[in-house]
Amino acid sequence: MSKLRKLTDKIKPAFEKGGKLSFLYSTFEAFESFLFVPNRVTRSGVHVRDSVDLKRVMTAVMIALVPTLLFGIYNIGYQHDLASNAGMEFWEMVWFGFLKILPLYLVSYIVGLGIEFASAQLRGHEVNEGYLVTGMIIPLIVPITTPLWMLALAVAFAVIIGKEIFGGTGMNIWNPALVARAFLFFAYPSHMSGDKVWVAGVDGFSGATPLAQTSEGLSSLHYSVSDMFFGFIPGSVGETSTLAILLGAAFLIYTGIGSWKIMLSTVVGGLVMGFIANLAAPSYDCAMAIPAWYHLIMGGFAFGAVFMATDPVTSAQTEFGKWIYGFLIGVLAVIIRLFNPGYPEGMMLAILLMNTFAPLIDHIVVGRNIKRRLKRAKTV
Amino acid sequence: MSEQIRLKKGLDLPVKGAALRKISMTVVPDIVALKPTDFRNLTPKMLVKEGDVVKAGSPVFADKKNPDILFTSPVSGTVDAIVRGDKRKLLEVRIKSDNSGSAVKFDVPTGFFIDRESIIKTLLESGLWPCIKQRPYGTIADPSVTPKAIFISAMVTAPLAAELDYVLEGEFDAIQAGLTVLDKLTEGGVHLSLDASNAEAGSFNKFEGVIYHYFKGPHPAGNVGVQISHISPISKGETLWTVDLFLVAAIGKLFRKGVYDMSRTIAVAGPEAVNPSYVKCCAGVSMEQISDLFNFAHGDIRIISGDLLSGKAVGREGFLGFFDNLVTVLPEGNYYEMFGWIKPFRLKKFSFSRTYFSRLLPQKKYNMDTNTNGGERAFVLSDVYGKVLPMDIYPVYLFKAILAGDIEKMENLGIYEIIEEDVALCEFVCPSKIEIQSIVSEGIDLMIKEMS
Repeated sequence: MSKLRKLTDKIKPAFEKGGKLSFLYSTFEAFESFLFVPNRVTRSGVHVRDSVDLKRVMTAVMIALVPTLLFGIYNIGYQHDLASNAGMEFWEMVWFGFLKILPLYLVSYIVGLGIEFASAQLRGHEVNEGYLVTGMIIPLIVPITTPLWMLALAVAFAVIIGKEIFGGTGMNIWNPALVARAFLFFAYPSHMSGDKVWVAGVDGFSGATPLAQTSEGLSSLHYSVSDMFFGFIPGSVGETSTLAILLGAAFLIYTGIGSWKIMLSTVVGGLVMGFIANLAAPSYDCAMAIPAWYHLIMGGFAFGAVFMATDPVTSAQTEFGKWIYGFLIGVLAVIIRLFNPGYPEGMMLAILLMNTFAPLIDHIVVGRNIKRRLKRAKTV
Repeated sequence: MSEQIRLKKGLDLPVKGAALRKISMTVVPDIVALKPTDFRNLTPKMLVKEGDVVKAGSPVFADKKNPDILFTSPVSGTVDAIVRGDKRKLLEVRIKSDNSGSAVKFDVPTGFFIDRESIIKTLLESGLWPCIKQRPYGTIADPSVTPKAIFISAMVTAPLAAELDYVLEGEFDAIQAGLTVLDKLTEGGVHLSLDASNAEAGSFNKFEGVIYHYFKGPHPAGNVGVQISHISPISKGETLWTVDLFLVAAIGKLFRKGVYDMSRTIAVAGPEAVNPSYVKCCAGVSMEQISDLFNFAHGDIRIISGDLLSGKAVGREGFLGFFDNLVTVLPEGNYYEMFGWIKPFRLKKFSFSRTYFSRLLPQKKYNMDTNTNGGERAFVLSDVYGKVLPMDIYPVYLFKAILAGDIEKMENLGIYEIIEEDVALCEFVCPSKIEIQSIVSEGIDLMIKEMS
C-alpha cells in the first residue's frame, strides 16, 4: 500500500465519530475520496455498481470546457493586443490572458468551494462535486474586467441562494453559474455590458461585441463570419469561439452527459425565431434583418446551448420535455435579443426562464403518461 | 406465432464467469434451510419444533394471515435448528436430511376430478403454492383470487443466469403437466415468453395450451414484469400471477407423481467461482456443501443466492433461496484505488456510461466486484435510468414519489407494474449510487400496508 494511503489511514480516526476533529469529517472525506476511490462495498440491492460516479461525470464536463477556456485565454491577450497595438507574440498573448483569468478562477473556486465545504459540514453530508463545474463556468461567462470583489459576491450568492438553500446539487431550480451571472448583471449592470468591459488592460477602450453592433443592423457589424465562428471577437471569456464550443459539445454528446436533444432543439428554436424576425423585419438594415444563423455564432448562444441549457439538474428531465425546453430557450433568446431595448444579449434570461418552467413542462409530459395509465385502467 | 416484441433499452452485464454447460457436482443434501424471508410480506407460523421428524413434503410453517398456505420440507430428516433474528424474527428453519427418501404421498386429482379447487387444495397442501407470485407487489398469490392471467418467462437475460434449456433438460413432460394445471387457475390463459433469437431451445416452443410471446433484447427483457408490461400492463385493481419456469416443472412433478420434488439444477457462476458450471441439488441447499466451487484464494468473496443485481448475499454459512437457481460468487471490492475516478482508462472497469471506454469493447468480460465506485449523492443525471428500463414509466418521478410517500402519485406513476428486479439496472447505472431497489421495496411495503 502506498505511503499516502498509510498516512490517510493513520489520521483518519481523528476525523471519525468521537475523534478530536470529527467536526471536519466532510472535509476529510472530500479529500480522501478525491485521492482514493473509497473501499466501500454495496450493502443492499445490486451487488455490483457501474464504475461511473459524479466525480467522473463532472470531470468529463470540465474536459469539455477546456477548449473554450484555452481559446478564451488566448483571446483575452489577442483582444488586448488589438486594442493597445502592443504587437504581442502568440505566447505573450496567452501569458497575458492566463494572468488575467487566474484571479477570477482563484476567487471562483476559493469562495465557491469554501461555501460548499462549509454547508456540507453543517449538514454532515459528503461534499458534492457539482461546484467543480459551476466554478469552472463562472469565469467563462463574465467579462474579463469583472472586479474580483463583485465576482466573489456573485459566487457566494449563487452557491447560497442559487443552490444550498434548496438542498445542494441536484435540488436547485436554476443553473448556479447563471444565477451568479444574473446577480452581476442586475446588481452591477455597468460592469457587465456596454462597450467598455470586454477588453482587459486598456482603460476606456471601446470594443463593442458583434451583438451590440448588430442591434443597429447588419451594416454596423465590423466582424467577419469567420472571426465570429473562430472567436476573434470581444465577449465573455468562454463564449466567443463557436468552434471551441462545438468541440466541447461533441465530447458531451459522445459521453452522453449533455443532451443532444436540448442542444439541437435550442439551435432550431433560435433559427426559427430568427427567420420569423427576418420575415417581419421592417427594413433591410435593422436588428431583425440579420440572418437567423448569425445568432448562433454571436454572443453566448452557443455556449449557453451546449453548457448551460443542458445542465441535467435544471433542464427538463423527460425526453419529450427536452425538445420543448430547448426549443423555447432558442426562441426566447432571440426574442430577447431583438426586442429588448436595453441589452443586446438574451441567452442568460432565456435559460433562467426556461429553468423555471422546466418542471412545468415535465409535469405536462409525465401527466400524459399518467393519463395513459388511468385510461388503460378504465378500459379494462 | 405472435409477433416479436423488440426491446432496445437495457444492458447485458459483461461479467466474467458464466457457467459452462456441465454438471460438476451432485449434492446429497445434508442440512437444508427453508427461509420465510424469501417471501415478501410473509409472517410465518411455526408448525414444528426442533428435533421433530419430517418427511419431504411435511409442513414446516404456515402463513399466519392465511394458514392454508403451507411451507413444506424439501427433504426428509429432523428439524435441526430454528434460527431467529432481531425481535425474534424467524429467519431460517434448518432441517438435517437423513436421505431416506421418505416423502409425503399427496392425493393428486386426476382426469375428471381436476378442477380449480382441487388443484389449489393440492398445491396448498404440498407446499408448492408459494411458487406462485402475485403482481402487483410480488407477494405470494392469494388463493381466493382468480388472476387475469398467468405469466411465465422462459427467456433468461439476468447476468450469469442459469440457462433454462439446460437445467430443464428432460423435464418437458413435467413442465407441460405444470402448464396444464396452471391453465385451470385462470381465465386469461398461461402466457409463456420465449427469447425470439433462441425459441427452439429445450423445445420450449412446443408446449400445448399456452399463449406464446416472443421477446428480443438485452436484460431486463427476460424479467417477467417487463414482459407483462408489453403484453398486458397491470392496472389498478388487477391481479396477475407469475411462476418461474423451473418451479412449473416442480408443480408438474407433483401432479404426475404425487410428491413434493424440489430437486433442481443450479448454476454456480461469477468471477470467483471455480470452474463455473452446474450443480444438481435441491431448494435450500447449504453453501457449505458447494463451497468447493468457491475461490477463497484471492481474499474476501461474496456469495450470492440469485443474480448479482437482485440476489441476496448469504455468505458461506447461508442457504440457497426458494426461488433461486443460481449462486453468484463475486470478489469483495473493499480496497482503495488512488485517483481511480480520474484515471482516463481504467480498462478493467466496466461502465454503461461513455466516460469510460468499455462500451468500445463490447466483447470484453469484466471481473466485477462489489465496490460502490463512488459516494452516494442526490439524483443528478436524471436520464440514465430510462435507458435501462424498457417500460412506459418515468423512473425518477416514480422513485421520488416513493421517497415522498405519496400513494396517489405512486399509483399514477406505475408502482403496480414493477418489483425490485425490474429496476435493478437503474440502480446499477446510477452515478449517484442511490439504493433504488431499497426505495422500491419501501414503496411496495407502504402500498401493501395502506391498501389492505
